[in-house]
Amino acid sequence: MTAAIAPQSAVAARRRELVTPEGLALPFTVASRGARAGALILDLTLIFVGFTVLFFLLLAMGLGVFDLANAERIPALEFIAVVMILLVFLTRYGYFLAFELGPRGATPGKRALGIRVAARGEGRLTAEAIIARNLMRDVEVFIPTMFLLSGMGSDFGVAGLAASAWLMVFVLFPCFNRDNLRAGDLVAGTWVVETPRHKLAQAMSIAPDRTATYRFGEAELSVYGEHELQVLEGVLRQNNRVAQRQVVEAICRKIGWEPGTGDDRAFLEAFYAALRARLEQNMRFGKRKRDKYDAQG
Amino acid sequence: MALALFRKAEIEAPPDVEAASLRSDRFRLERETDWRRLEAIVEALERNRLRRISDDDLLALPVLYRQAVSSLAVARETSLDAATLAYLEGLVRRAWFQVYGPRTSFGAWLRRFLTGGWSAAVRTLWLDLCIAAAVMVAGTLAGWLLVARDPEWYYALVGEAAQGRTPGAGREALAETLKGTASGEGLTVFAAYLFSNNSGVTIMAFALGFAFGIPTLLLLIHNTAMLGAMLWVFAEAGLGWEFAAWLSIHGTTEFGAILLGGAAGIHIGRSMAFPGERAVLAAASEAGRLTAQVMVGAVLMLIVAGLLEGYGRQLIEEPLARGAVGGTMLVFWIAYFLLGRARPAPHET
Repeated sequence: MTAAIAPQSAVAARRRELVTPEGLALPFTVASRGARAGALILDLTLIFVGFTVLFFLLLAMGLGVFDLANAERIPALEFIAVVMILLVFLTRYGYFLAFELGPRGATPGKRALGIRVAARGEGRLTAEAIIARNLMRDVEVFIPTMFLLSGMGSDFGVAGLAASAWLMVFVLFPCFNRDNLRAGDLVAGTWVVETPRHKLAQAMSIAPDRTATYRFGEAELSVYGEHELQVLEGVLRQNNRVAQRQVVEAICRKIGWEPGTGDDRAFLEAFYAALRARLEQNMRFGKRKRDKYDAQG
Repeated sequence: MALALFRKAEIEAPPDVEAASLRSDRFRLERETDWRRLEAIVEALERNRLRRISDDDLLALPVLYRQAVSSLAVARETSLDAATLAYLEGLVRRAWFQVYGPRTSFGAWLRRFLTGGWSAAVRTLWLDLCIAAAVMVAGTLAGWLLVARDPEWYYALVGEAAQGRTPGAGREALAETLKGTASGEGLTVFAAYLFSNNSGVTIMAFALGFAFGIPTLLLLIHNTAMLGAMLWVFAEAGLGWEFAAWLSIHGTTEFGAILLGGAAGIHIGRSMAFPGERAVLAAASEAGRLTAQVMVGAVLMLIVAGLLEGYGRQLIEEPLARGAVGGTMLVFWIAYFLLGRARPAPHET
């Protein structure tokens, strides 16, 4: 998904690999700063909307927030005031904590952007790590936000400037390290990674066998490598007729055939099957041809 | 569609294996059903619907996971089907998070935490606790001495928090501020407010430790200087003992929690400034995981302190009784931290 938007090199720079206990190298992509900021804004919006709804509900019940100031005199109001104080506290410290402790390791905002919290390196993600990273969130998110809101309109002064510079160190921390870690990630030993989900697509070679119609020889098949094969796979899976026609013409130009006017898809499927069979066979013998510029194979 | 939401989705049968002309596709078709079964189990785990997973599936999970891992390893060497490789990689990654995810439930974690885990973590921080305690004592002394030399300092240190407890106020006015209230009305709000406010300060003391602990130290000094200044004002008016009793009923718990928060912050700052043999990142995360436990404990202590402050202090007026409650709490906390023994975790790897 992201590969389509971001330049390939930016994605490659965020690729990391870890080795599972089974000895398999599992690639991970560190979440981009944009995705993380987006997730945070989503979560904060959700919290804000939640409190606004609650506020209007209370208002509809005839309770203004300003009545709560003299709540001491009315028992029912006292109860609501206590609930409100605890609710604000729980939201500030508990919202992110509770969601990230769950099996998905992500708040609703993170889930919506397809990212999650994970332990850096090969260890397990522990409850302590989640707690540590969310306690740090206080100085990274809530205090700067409150500072910004309270400082707006009023004169900052030298102390205010010093404080905002100091807070910026926390806010901008993710911009100054390779893994986009925020201070909380650093302290907790966690990071945030992408969790792309793919549906299992159709197998390609169950299309009707056309080896009788199209016969590709060694010379024709040695032109292309794995990269071109996977581009062709993408074109076949998208099933766009204009694109298929263009690819047919490109292939025919390359292998010196006359592009026929017949079934483009049938031709491409046959070429794909033949090319893949050849490349995979070479693979089994340890010969890989990365792309058409690769002299191997 | 509505039905499909409630019914367990059936795994559709893959096309006939023989239909595929490529060896790598036949490999895939033979294993596809197992992959889809693993995917369904992982999906249920992610949604926290443990009851929807049958016993058979749960037992098969590790096996299916290892099969998917080995399928991926084989497919990487034999197949050039990009879509299948991407699917398998995503599946193994998701399953890995579930298979090697956190092992304990929150309840089990809390039990272990309360019956020794917390005490053990606190004991590990002994040096940081000593530093924080020394800083807090120094801050109190500094507050006292500053105000003793020049009462103007009082306003600079305490500011808005004074609530009529100012150096010029008479003995009666000061004694008035130490009184409780006759009835319990409104105290819940007060207790809740105190708790959320104090927790905020303690968590901040912890989080600021990230900057090599210096802001934590400043925060501790500032808060205890305020205390020292107030102590001087009351001692001057001959109310030293009453003030100490008024403060101690919740103060032993509250200052304990602030001490823990400060020590946790200092520990993080210290391990980042002097990581020793470890890498800075490793040292920081080790310290973070250890101090996180201490911090959960500090917040629990602040709940207790909030209740003591909101109710206990307002309802108990006798200085001796206040002091007794405060003293008991102090002894309780010290005993708890010294005697709590953690049992070895059953599933640690």
